[in-house]
Amino acid sequence: MIKNILNLGDAALYCDFGKEVNRETNTQVIRYFKSIQKENIVSINNLSPSYNKLIISFDLKKTNFKDLKKLIENLNITNEDDLENKKIEVPVCCDENFALDIVRLENKLNLKREKIYENFFSKEFFCYMTGFIAGMPFLGDLSKNMRANRLETPRVSVPKGSVALTEQFANIYTFESPGGWNVIGNSPLRIFDSSKEESPNLINPGDIVLFKEISKNQYENFNE
Amino acid sequence: MKILMSKNYFQVIRAGINTTFQDEGRKNLYHVGIPFSGAMDKRNYLLSNKLVGNKINSPALEFAYQGPLLKYFGNKINIAITGDVNFRIKKKDITIDGNCYQSLNLEDGDEVDILSTNKSVYGYLAIGGQIDLKYQWSSCSTNTKAIIGANDGKKFENEQVMNISKLNNHLLEKKLNYLNTKIENIRIIKGTNFDYFSDKGKKIFLEKEFIVSKLTDRMGMRLEGPKIENIIDTNIKSEGLIKGVIQVPADGNPIIMLSDHGTIGGYPKIGVVISADYDKLVQLSPGSKIKFKQVDLSSAENLFKLYDLETQNLISQIE
Repeated sequence: MIKNILNLGDAALYCDFGKEVNRETNTQVIRYFKSIQKENIVSINNLSPSYNKLIISFDLKKTNFKDLKKLIENLNITNEDDLENKKIEVPVCCDENFALDIVRLENKLNLKREKIYENFFSKEFFCYMTGFIAGMPFLGDLSKNMRANRLETPRVSVPKGSVALTEQFANIYTFESPGGWNVIGNSPLRIFDSSKEESPNLINPGDIVLFKEISKNQYENFNE
Repeated sequence: MKILMSKNYFQVIRAGINTTFQDEGRKNLYHVGIPFSGAMDKRNYLLSNKLVGNKINSPALEFAYQGPLLKYFGNKINIAITGDVNFRIKKKDITIDGNCYQSLNLEDGDEVDILSTNKSVYGYLAIGGQIDLKYQWSSCSTNTKAIIGANDGKKFENEQVMNISKLNNHLLEKKLNYLNTKIENIRIIKGTNFDYFSDKGKKIFLEKEFIVSKLTDRMGMRLEGPKIENIIDTNIKSEGLIKGVIQVPADGNPIIMLSDHGTIGGYPKIGVVISADYDKLVQLSPGSKIKFKQVDLSSAENLFKLYDLETQNLISQIE
């Protein structure tokens, strides 16, 4: 449930679902997001679901904070467990040329790379949100012994397709972009496709992601 | 057999620094990771279209600092430039200094040379007709980061061509008396993490002057000045962003999110620029001074009503 609705500037509602980042809280956020989306409220410009927040930005010419807040508070939110969790397998090549930060991680986590990969590939990940850059999924949770901080100095450019870890999360760089996450491999799979206007993102909030290791040869001959 | 109409097009001789197609932007895609985009200075964008008789939300060319040099081939066409822009029209035997906020005509072989924006950043060139453009999610706005929108998601390049598929039926002769006023203060509403900052930090934010740095583009505006001290945490759990949000990372220098911003961010939000001041904010060029002034929500709402009314009045003066 929403704990509190504040204004973010003069044209957005900031809905707070609590401090904790976990699947239950995030599932609540996604439920609200999907329910509001279904209503097609014309004054709403954008919905931004994240771990434990939902930001609703609106057209100040059509409504205002007070009125939209009332509308959202009185909405009927689907409470049944009707969220479809798609399962998606993402191939990852961990060739040394792709695993830019594996040595750093070995040192930070005090784990051998075999253990890091074993742990990573045996995990089922939950998609909390997508964004920052188009289509980038924020996936969790890594087990406690796999959690490392961001790079001290972020890279100016992380290669497209990079699969990277930070704290309890994994993500996939859908575009070449600046970034500070620990890169452990690269996926040839197309995660964002702007030609598909209905569903440009392969991975959406609520989906389950499994990573599967592939060889350099399989990577190079990868065919969707 | 049908006779083919003569083709009307612009040849891009010089692309300019950051020339893109923009319209009102695209909605309902933050959750996918795609920002709103659209014209940075919306008022000047709308006025440019009105001056050539286009639908007000038609695509226009947005340029920054130095604009493009375009050579036109085809039947007589209407254009208009808005902003605070130095430009010239080169005709066969004469070069004319151009006036902004005025509809102008181009004939076959004429050139428009957009030299610079004057102590500002963005200007708009509207073309009286339909430009042949690709729309994605009902908008042609070019987003160079996600590679979407018109011009294959790229900014203008030298030697490319811009095709005009249809000219407007009438050549207008419109003029608007309008002066872009400079703004001393940018008004803000307190952000959701305002209390992450020390009393001294808050005071600095609301009372001291900042300078717009060179690291400023359609995504964001970085400021330099006295450091704003954080006393709680320099990171927050990543969450959504909107344009106008002022984030303060660990180095204490504020960054303001602009129209092509990343949709998620993890730095504390100290404030949000009010909607009424956004068009003026984006026109502050690197080196400009900026001072924030806090207002409450209801003042911000009223100020936006006034600003919007003023824009509507300007548009109706072009009728």
